[in-house]
Amino acid sequence: MIEIKNVFFTYPSGVEALNDVSLVVPDGDFIAIMGQNGAGKTTLVKHFNGLLKPTAGKVFVDGTETTKVSVATIARNVGFVFQNPDHQLFSETVEEEIAFALRNFGFKESVIKKRVTWALNLLGLTQYRKTSPFMLSGGERKRVALASVLAWNPKILILDEPTIGQDYQQKEKLRQFILQMKTQRKTVIIVTHDVEFVAECNPRVLLMREGKIIANGEAKAILTNLEILTEAFIVPPQISQIFMKLTDLGFSKDIIDIYEAHKILSDFWEKEKL
Amino acid sequence: MSVFDGLKFRKVYSPIHVLDPRIKFVYVCVIFVIAILFSELLPLIVLFFMQIPFVLLAGIRREWVRSLRGAAFLATIIFFTNFLVAFVGSGYVVTAKNLENALALTLRFIVLVESFSVFFLTTSPDHLGLALEQTRVPYEFTFAFTTAVRFVPVLAEEAQTIMDAQKARGLELERGNFLKRIRNYIPILIPLIVSAIRRSLELAEAMESRAWGATKSRTNLYVLKMGTNDFVLLVLTAGILAVAVYVRLYVPVPPLNELLGWVF
Repeated sequence: MIEIKNVFFTYPSGVEALNDVSLVVPDGDFIAIMGQNGAGKTTLVKHFNGLLKPTAGKVFVDGTETTKVSVATIARNVGFVFQNPDHQLFSETVEEEIAFALRNFGFKESVIKKRVTWALNLLGLTQYRKTSPFMLSGGERKRVALASVLAWNPKILILDEPTIGQDYQQKEKLRQFILQMKTQRKTVIIVTHDVEFVAECNPRVLLMREGKIIANGEAKAILTNLEILTEAFIVPPQISQIFMKLTDLGFSKDIIDIYEAHKILSDFWEKEKL
Repeated sequence: MSVFDGLKFRKVYSPIHVLDPRIKFVYVCVIFVIAILFSELLPLIVLFFMQIPFVLLAGIRREWVRSLRGAAFLATIIFFTNFLVAFVGSGYVVTAKNLENALALTLRFIVLVESFSVFFLTTSPDHLGLALEQTRVPYEFTFAFTTAVRFVPVLAEEAQTIMDAQKARGLELERGNFLKRIRNYIPILIPLIVSAIRRSLELAEAMESRAWGATKSRTNLYVLKMGTNDFVLLVLTAGILAVAVYVRLYVPVPPLNELLGWVF
């Protein structure tokens, strides 16, 4: 569980990135943090594993205050996948890259081998086992970075912009994978600009603006609330935009899921035919 | 990183900031040459205090003090090496001459750091590039130079992100013995170097696609022009150099302890 109490954060340059943010993320929660560039999303999640310490206020991860322990200690439970994989890849082979964190956490060699194989398999990277990560495409490098964090099976997973540079098929895989994590009672936090992806995943949505959380609720309620979306400079998902214009046909406004929309529309079609 | 703070330009306006960078550079070079000409303590003390009006006029006292503090460690090393060598060389006795020599060499280093730091603190990288260009340095070199200066903060920021990313994967930089600690930096250096190379290739492509080198004779929006203050500084610089050379050639510089002996 992550608890944030009245956190303020100001960068050394003087930019105030967080302004009195309070938040509780219970175990097994799935959250998407959204907002304009510079709203403080990444700054907020960097507090979750102690990379940044609050200027004022307190951050607790599983009851431990983040200022009291090292980032490496928190990282054992909180996995953080950075936006740009090039900021972390350095090994000669993909296999070594994934084993790096496991060695840091002191896993046994036999366990490391098993975990690496598991992670490679999970993200469809098995054929690149002995390849240099620098030879892979952008999307593949991103998956290697993800695999290198998933390998140690952290309880809480933070993904900064996971869908950038991924095609639809990979996004769908990522979504399936996140849902699977959810059934395992793991906490997943994503930072993203991808409204359509969020609509399909249906998480709890947190909107940020100028260092403050301005909305916190179910995706369905938030992504169809035009007023609050405008305040956070976010455009609603396309399917919601359509349904907002079809209210005169008696449809409800809060539709964000394409499959649900499809069902409503085909039911309507059947009914009209009769 | 505190040493570099002394070289970081901050945009403010002062009589020193608006001086022609070419003249400022000539001034710094002259101070450099004079510092090398003398190895006696007295003239070096004079040189040291000569920079202070510049610092005050430019309003960069805080940054300047910080850069001096950054140089303090190296200065201490210089002092002790020189002093120890002289100490052993003169048969294990502490003489005033040895002490003065070591102090002079340390002060020489400090004068060099101080004058260069005044130059870099009051000259923007763009201004510097402009100065190089208008002294007919080929534009390729000027561009390479200003780009290098401009990318230092970008690289520093990137290094920080990489460090964060690796810490999030359980890397502890402070762990292990000396050799292990050096090895701990490999996961930070490799991504940093790879991305710097990648960035430079991208920059080259971006420049080519914006017609880099299409015209041979470039024109500039800003053209450096010498003002009254610039001429004043130039004359002052020439005067200082002349005096220094004259003193070096014709006036014996007394060691400080003898001088103090005359006074008291």
